[in-house]
Amino acid sequence: MTRRTVQLTIDGKQASVPEDATLLDACTSLGIETPTLCWAENLTPVNVCRICVVEVEGARVLVPSCSRKVEAGMVVHTDSPRVRTSRKLVLELLGSSVDMSLSPIFLEYSKRYGADPARFGPKAPKAKAGERDAAVPGHHHAPDGTHAATVAQPVKRDNDLFLRDYEKCMLCMKCVQACGTDAQNTFAIAVSGRGFEARISTEHDTALPDSACVFCGNCIGVCPTGALMFNVEHDLRAAKKWDESKQTVTDTVCSYCGVGCTLSLRVQDNQIVRVTSPSDNSVTAGNLCVKGRFGWGFVKGDE
Amino acid sequence: MDLRAIETPPGEDERAAVDSVLGPAPAHEPPLSARVTDERRTQLLPTLLALQAQVGWVSERGLGYACRRLGVPPAEGFGVASFYGLLSLEQRPAAFAHVCDDLACKAAGAERLCAEVTTRLGEKSWARSPCLGLCEQAPAALVTVAGQRPLEQAFGHATTDKIAAALSATPVAAQTPHFGGTGPRRLLARVGVVDPSSLDDYRAHGGYAALREALVRGTEGVLQEITLAKLVGRGGAAFPTGRKWEAVARAPARPHYVVCNADESEPGTFKDRVLIEHDPFGLVEAMTIAGFATGAERGVIYLRGEYPLAFARLSHAIAVARKHGLLGADIMGRGFTFELEVRRGAGAYICGEETALFNSIEGYRGEPRNKPPFPVHSGLFGKPTAINNVETLVAVLDIVRDGAAAYGSVGTSGSPGTKLFCVSGKVEKPGVYELPFGARVDELIALAGGVPGGKKLRAVLLGGAAGHFIGPERLHVQLSFEHTRAAGLSLGSGVVMVFDETDELGPLLQRIAAFFRDESCGQCVPCRVGTVRQEELVARLVAQRPLGSVQTELTLLNELAQSMRDASICGLGQTASSAIESALALTPFGGAS
Ligand SMILES: Cc1cc2nc3c(=O)[nH]c(=O)nc-3n(C[C@H](O)[C@H](O)[C@H](O)COP(=O)(O)O)c2cc1C
Ligand code: SF4
Ligand code: SF4
Ligand code: SF4
Ligand code: FES
Ligand code: FES
Repeated sequence: MTRRTVQLTIDGKQASVPEDATLLDACTSLGIETPTLCWAENLTPVNVCRICVVEVEGARVLVPSCSRKVEAGMVVHTDSPRVRTSRKLVLELLGSSVDMSLSPIFLEYSKRYGADPARFGPKAPKAKAGERDAAVPGHHHAPDGTHAATVAQPVKRDNDLFLRDYEKCMLCMKCVQACGTDAQNTFAIAVSGRGFEARISTEHDTALPDSACVFCGNCIGVCPTGALMFNVEHDLRAAKKWDESKQTVTDTVCSYCGVGCTLSLRVQDNQIVRVTSPSDNSVTAGNLCVKGRFGWGFVKGDE
Repeated sequence: MDLRAIETPPGEDERAAVDSVLGPAPAHEPPLSARVTDERRTQLLPTLLALQAQVGWVSERGLGYACRRLGVPPAEGFGVASFYGLLSLEQRPAAFAHVCDDLACKAAGAERLCAEVTTRLGEKSWARSPCLGLCEQAPAALVTVAGQRPLEQAFGHATTDKIAAALSATPVAAQTPHFGGTGPRRLLARVGVVDPSSLDDYRAHGGYAALREALVRGTEGVLQEITLAKLVGRGGAAFPTGRKWEAVARAPARPHYVVCNADESEPGTFKDRVLIEHDPFGLVEAMTIAGFATGAERGVIYLRGEYPLAFARLSHAIAVARKHGLLGADIMGRGFTFELEVRRGAGAYICGEETALFNSIEGYRGEPRNKPPFPVHSGLFGKPTAINNVETLVAVLDIVRDGAAAYGSVGTSGSPGTKLFCVSGKVEKPGVYELPFGARVDELIALAGGVPGGKKLRAVLLGGAAGHFIGPERLHVQLSFEHTRAAGLSLGSGVVMVFDETDELGPLLQRIAAFFRDESCGQCVPCRVGTVRQEELVARLVAQRPLGSVQTELTLLNELAQSMRDASICGLGQTASSAIESALALTPFGGAS
């Protein structure tokens, strides 16, 4: 079947894209840069962050460009006051509740849209370990408004390979997708709870080694905020020794089995600090197994 | 797929509860080799509800066993269980009370009741609840006693004595709600008149005449009559029902489904409960007509979990109708098949949003889906689905039986027919009122006996928590879709909640802000975090402790509201600020003007 082409107008310019394209595709085809946070090339759109919203004439509310399909004759505005306000607020709401400091793209968007998360007041103190996991849907302590509630909580470190620092989790769902239908088919983690107390967790917040997790690390590979991180990297950062200027990235083919996955090894001071695979790689699509992702630690015999 | 389910075997009571829904476990369980079919997963919520009702909570081993039986990954099962307010993941007393502290109950002294319940019955035996849909009998409570034969009682005019009695499994007398109105009684025609358990009585009062007429008119005839009658949905979104049904009827994909939205959780709303409790056969007949008109052979009624009496009466009506050949194969000997079942919610306002409701039935978290695609193309199980509110469906009966012209003999030109209003708060006779569209708010309040004790009216909440407050100077507003829209208001679900001069608006606004924060599903950033920031902001305004000036706070709220309205996925986030903004326009807080 041949794909038809659809014409639409974006910011006064004519776009001509295949009929199954999204508004984001159409914007990209015109060189209009659209911010995205929860969208990724190789994952099904979940359209939850809402940073990518645009204004479509005739629509009551803004629409998420990452998932909305184009329609012939649409008239779209990507930089109207309404769009700018919503994008700014999304950035402020995230910035005031989540530690986004390890997301360079977030910081760049914040500058572009003039986001000021401090408008909502000083951040509330960190929750105690387990406190957020014990939340009951439909119940919360009434706030007095002096502090802005956050998702800050202690790091979850329950194995030797990687940790989960949910203070940095923006609930983009990418890890859940990578662990589930979009890549790994393990379903070790899912969203639990409701509302502001929604969180990524295993069943009953079981430690990862006691869950279905197979330590493929594919969730780490897709996490955009540094919430999921190799222990090595976390420790280097904590010791203030993480130094990207001293790091090199080398591609190699994994030698554990015959599949031939490409590994990108990030090395600092002769130590492998992170292993990824290119998301556009035809063999891996960014995914690896426990051996490719973590095997190096044991091979090299370093801790 | 790797599926390392929780291995601990269930306790006897847990096995019994799960098996009561799923049947005994087969000797050899099929291997969990593929992602499980929706067929099995759709039993997840009923199974969790059975654990809650029979065991009193959803334990790790109970949930593990349910997941194993259904082939649901435990992490996802936990994600579903932790979504619902009526499911407890912590052990708690088998007898447990939910005490409403929402708007109407607050105005009726719920805080005093809560304090007394804690002192006399202990704080472990109860929890606060959002609106229980019994606002006309405020304050209200729901008491559950878990066991092999669970006992659930929802009742109004709650006192500590009544709650204590219910906790010890003593039946508390159900109260008949007050209903009234002006003009013809259509929706309420049989309410309080027929015996809700008797099919014969229903028939003696005109029951099943509409279905007979529908079979005579044929599918096209029914669709045409609904369209001519200009019937629009009563669930809040005011969408034309004829267009919806036609789109489903013409959709090429099969099968088609009809779903009744009986989740009724909008604070201040209780009309659907009254209809189902007092005229359950009416809904069964209306659903059958909907199935006939849209080419659906299966219908599901999604009923609010907090409505035990409605559940019992509706289940009974369905069983009786099936026994008499009014459901099932070859209905009325006309070769038309229709199966109907009731599913219960589990304490989540968001499951009233149509696509969240589908997800809930399918065994997923009750998170709304992005639209498009719309339910008429991709609804329940991804199939064409007509979903309608209870009142919308019941209105169909009169339209099909008497025709569109007769239906439109009352009402306004834009909104023909009658509408139910849920009048609560500070009026002499709170209850459900049926009026022709176009009646004025003050006429309705007068009909309900006016404000008691000669007090002055302070404000009316119109349309529910997702609606608007109006002041005494706007009570001449006519209650129709077009009049309220022109006034920048909305009929919502028909809520008219009256507050007098002794009611402080501040705590009410804080309750509304807390409600939206609690009920946000948590998917999208504008609503998940926005409702939190809104509640914090309202707390500062009410305490007169603004960050910066009151003016900076109002600017902030304005931007917050705009982005929630514009960028949220669903109606919850989109309307989460409307009542609060309207109240601030009415009453200055913290010296604002
Ligand atoms: C947060 C939220 C809650 C809702 N709750 C209900 C409800 O309890 N009952 C209902 O009929 N519609 C509810 N709706 C509206 C439904 O999404 C849908 O529009 C309605 O069921 C369609 O039926 P109708 O056309 O007959 O009104 C809700 C919508 C939202 C956004
Ligand atoms: S490491 Fe792999 S299996 Fe474990 S949670 Fe992450 S994606 Fe799932
Ligand atoms: S842990 Fe990372 S990938 Fe997962 S939801 Fe949070 S931010 Fe997204
Ligand atoms: S608006 Fe709120 S309730 Fe609706 S999808 Fe977003 S977070 Fe969920
Ligand atoms: S990028 Fe589109 S909603 Fe997140
Ligand atoms: S029952 Fe309490 S407010 Fe509705």
